[in-house]
Order: sequence, then structure tokens, then C-alpha cells
Amino acid sequence: MIQALAFYVMAAVTVLAALAVVGARNPVHSVLFLITAFFSAAGLFVLLGAEFLAMLLVVVYVGAVAVLFLFVVMMLDIDFAKLKAGFAQYLPIGGLVGGILATEMILVALAVGREGAAAKNALPDANAGGASNIEAIGQVLYTDYSYFFEAAGLILLVAMIGAIVLTLRHKPHVKRQDIGAQVARTPKKGMEVVQIKPGSGVEL
Amino acid sequence: MTIGLAHYLTVAAILFTIGVFGIFVNRKNIIVILMSIELILLAVNINLVAFSAYLHDITGQIFAMFVLTVAAAEAAVGLAILVTFFRNRGDIEVDDASVMKG
Repeated sequence: MIQALAFYVMAAVTVLAALAVVGARNPVHSVLFLITAFFSAAGLFVLLGAEFLAMLLVVVYVGAVAVLFLFVVMMLDIDFAKLKAGFAQYLPIGGLVGGILATEMILVALAVGREGAAAKNALPDANAGGASNIEAIGQVLYTDYSYFFEAAGLILLVAMIGAIVLTLRHKPHVKRQDIGAQVARTPKKGMEVVQIKPGSGVEL
Repeated sequence: MTIGLAHYLTVAAILFTIGVFGIFVNRKNIIVILMSIELILLAVNINLVAFSAYLHDITGQIFAMFVLTVAAAEAAVGLAILVTFFRNRGDIEVDDASVMKG
């Protein structure tokens, strides 16, 4: 009973927050609603017994991705009212495509729930064999899927390097430390004798 | 009043649809388009975890983790491209973004 109530509350919050992400006028509000959606989706994961993924969702999405979005939205100086202009224009076609998609997928979901392979397992049990969720994930992830795990790490490395290369910028007028020039410096180079005429200044 | 697999699949379907709808109606605002893509990937993750839980197979959760990885990488690179684009052009209108056509 309490589980059903929790499911309905968290599903409703997820869907409403997702609608607010799409419809909000201010992108900062969009990001905040995105955080809400991810948080309640993490709640749904806990209900399904996938505690590790729920925590991962909170850490990775709320802690990293959403904050990254927030930084970018706040640092770019953009007239967001202008970007919102086409909203009403694309509303009918978007609603039509969305409605068709939702109807089809919900029909498939109901069919799967009633007669699909999952119909014989009425109760969720992600932790088959009695091991805890994180233990079960670790036993599979580091054995059967170890190559994929390393490939995932490589993807993250490439993404990190790519993001840095894309956004790195060398400004021409910023003074930087040049260790080679410092080491190569001799008294002859570092000192200059200037003859000053009386009554005039010196330009350095 | 038990919550079955169909309930979770329905939530994921609605979430996916909202993501697609968001891409349609926010054609000009690439930040919201990126957020809509995140919503779509979240819907996919809910599907994977729900099937993993009801079919008693942990593999779905492993795959959801990889989807999470790709989503994070995609968000980082997408936002970096966005920042560079804004620096070069001064706005982020994607309607007339054709500089990468070459």
C-alpha cells in the first residue's frame, strides 16, 4: 500500500517536473526542475531495488551534469525571451508527434505487463541470489563486463579531453610564466645601462 | 493495488514523450534541447532498470550504468561546443547555425 503510494507520488513528481523542464520560461528554472525530475527518478529506482543506480543518479546527474548545465546557463549572456519565440508555432506538431509516441509506447507497456515475459514475475527482485544490489552489480561488472567498464572509462576520458580542448583559450595579452626564459636569463640580458639626459625622463 | 512492470514502463514512456516534445517546441534553445535529451536518456534508464528488476536479471542495471556514462560525456561535450559557439557568434540561435557545414 505504502509502496504504491510512493510510486504514484514519485512518478507524478517526475512527470510534472519533466513537463516544467520543457515549458519553463527561464532556463535556470528548467535546470532546477531537471534536478527535481532526476531526484524523483532516483526514488523510483530505490522502489525497484536498484539502490546503487539510484545513488549514482543523484551523484552523477544532480551533482555533476545538472550543476554543469546551471553554470553554462548562468555564464552565457543570452536573451532567452527571443529563444522562446517559436514555442506556440511548434506546439501543434510537437503535441501530435508526442501524443502518437506516448499512445503507442503505453499500449506496448500494458501488453508487456499483461502478457509479456515479465508477467510471470509480479514482484520486482533485482537482487537475485540474496546478495545485496551493489554486490551483485560488482560481481557482474568486474567479470563479464570488464572490457565494457574500461571502455566507459575511456569514453569519459575522451569527453573530458574534448571539453577542455574545445573551451581552452589562450588570450594574447595575458602574462604567463615561461620557465625556459627564466632559466636562460643572464645578467647581460637582465640589465640595461641607460644614459639619461639631464631634465628628461627615461622610458622603460 | 500492486505496482507492476507496466506502471514503470508507462512512466518511462511519458517521460520519453516529454523529451521528444521538448525538442520539438524548443527548436531555438539548444540548452533546453540538451536537457530534453537528458530526459529521454533518463526514460531509457527507467525502462532498463524496471526490466532488470522484474526479470530478475542484473544486466539491465549494468547497461543503465553505461547509458549514464554516455549521457554524462554527451552533456559535457555538448555544453563545451555550446560555449565555443557562443564565444564565436555572441548568441546561441541554432536556426542559422551552419558554420560547421564547412
